[in-house]
Amino acid sequence: MSATELKAGSNLEKVLSSGKFAVTGECGPPKGADVSVIEKKAKLLKGYVDAVNITDNQTAVVRVCSMASGVTAQANGLEAIMQMTCRDRNRLAMQADILGAYTLGIRNILCLTGDHMSFGNHPEAKGVHDLDAINLIRMYKDMRDEKKFQNGEDLDPAPQLFIGCAENPFADPFEFRALRLKKKVEAGADFMQTQCIFNVPKFKKWMEEVRAIGLHKEVKILAGITPIKGAGMAKYMKNFVPGMDVPQEIVDRIAAKEKGEPQQAEGKKLAVEMIKELAEVEGVAGVHLMAVEWEPAVPEIVEAAGLMPRPAVA
Amino acid sequence: MITAERKPLEEILSLVEGKKKVLVAGCDTCVAICLTGGEKEAEILASELRIKAQQDGREVEVEHTAAIRQCEWEYLDMIAEKVAEADVVLSMACGIGIQSLAEKFSPKLVMPAVNTNMLGMPQEHALWLERCGACGECVIGETAGICPVVRCSKSLMNGPCGGSHDGKCEVTTPEKEEIDCAWALIWDRLKEQGREELMFVNRPPKNWSKSSSGGPRKMVREEAKPV
Repeated sequence: MSATELKAGSNLEKVLSSGKFAVTGECGPPKGADVSVIEKKAKLLKGYVDAVNITDNQTAVVRVCSMASGVTAQANGLEAIMQMTCRDRNRLAMQADILGAYTLGIRNILCLTGDHMSFGNHPEAKGVHDLDAINLIRMYKDMRDEKKFQNGEDLDPAPQLFIGCAENPFADPFEFRALRLKKKVEAGADFMQTQCIFNVPKFKKWMEEVRAIGLHKEVKILAGITPIKGAGMAKYMKNFVPGMDVPQEIVDRIAAKEKGEPQQAEGKKLAVEMIKELAEVEGVAGVHLMAVEWEPAVPEIVEAAGLMPRPAVA
Repeated sequence: MITAERKPLEEILSLVEGKKKVLVAGCDTCVAICLTGGEKEAEILASELRIKAQQDGREVEVEHTAAIRQCEWEYLDMIAEKVAEADVVLSMACGIGIQSLAEKFSPKLVMPAVNTNMLGMPQEHALWLERCGACGECVIGETAGICPVVRCSKSLMNGPCGGSHDGKCEVTTPEKEEIDCAWALIWDRLKEQGREELMFVNRPPKNWSKSSSGGPRKMVREEAKPV
């Protein structure tokens, strides 16, 4: 594909457009005025993922902002996917921030509703929710393609963005979930990352619905994988993380190993198996590896899954 | 209706501290129906204040009264005499009634004895649930008669977020009780109505300028103005 057909020309877009299997990672910025955390994580992941999500006040906990952390990651050789939630900004701020991020070199943006304030460390905060994630996708698409601000005013020059969204195939109502992705695609999503997949049969069933309405041809779908570090984490995700579907046999498989290194090894092995299985599902264009505070596991998993070297796309 | 909850006694005491003549003014409309601020509740609060004053050895005169509606000038005339005698009025009406009273009898000191919390309905006896956010642009014709603005924790306009599970919201009440996912309710009822295609419509950003984001709102009915 020639550069003129690309929307943003980011590495992630090039990898996906060339039909190569993409790998994205995730980095959470720190709870403190510290640049070194993202620098270290970026150096660890560089070369093993095509781009990395930089979370935006993840779980409604205040951290270094996703724009600054995204710029730090890129300065350390790792392309950023800047996350943007509707929880903390109104439409003025979301447009101003994307223009600012673009001028600083950000090309990939992930549009999210955001976890509710009640989960985080400022439960008394006023939630903004001026737009929802679908409105946000549309607003950025119109800024890019129509060269218009949300109010219809002309925008010049327009930011060239590769626009992403998230979807949770395990949330309810299940029969609406693929249709919700359709709304996001219609709004302008170029790529989509799923919530962590542990229930593979349910994910496959969701993909059948996605394919039935042809969405896999309109949006690049990256399957979300979280390596499990131990039985405790598996149980916690199963019981306490909203929207997470962790089958009991997964918990049992990890718990059957000794605590510590053996459980970690099993978690990595499971992640590799799942990547290989999901890569075979028609319509899956890549994987999104969310190794929450376990970034050092990523290179090993990517290597073992046979996804190295990462494609060099011009 | 408008619902309100009484403030804790300690806070009410701090609002009338040092005052010798206190008038507790109830309102016999919305706050009476939600068992918070009608004449009966005004009488109870007045008694509590008298007992507390007696226990603390303070000399305080506490009276009570109630207006049929504190939010209408003509009903306030009916309590004017009692208000005139008081050093401070503790209003048990909603925020509208309290402000009407404060404006009508300005500069009389008027204090809120309740926290106004929502536009809700009595779902069952002694249980009120929020139903309307007075957003100024009603969409429930498209959402099966269920308001996504206040019944969805994130005021989403295009369907449920990824936190909807088994018909429940990812958010729980401060008492850790589950909340129904508004969009799960909307989806179910639209299906019953054979109108589920309304879920597939991409609704544009909401015009919040018609809500409180547009500044204090005003409504004028020219045709109803006196000639």
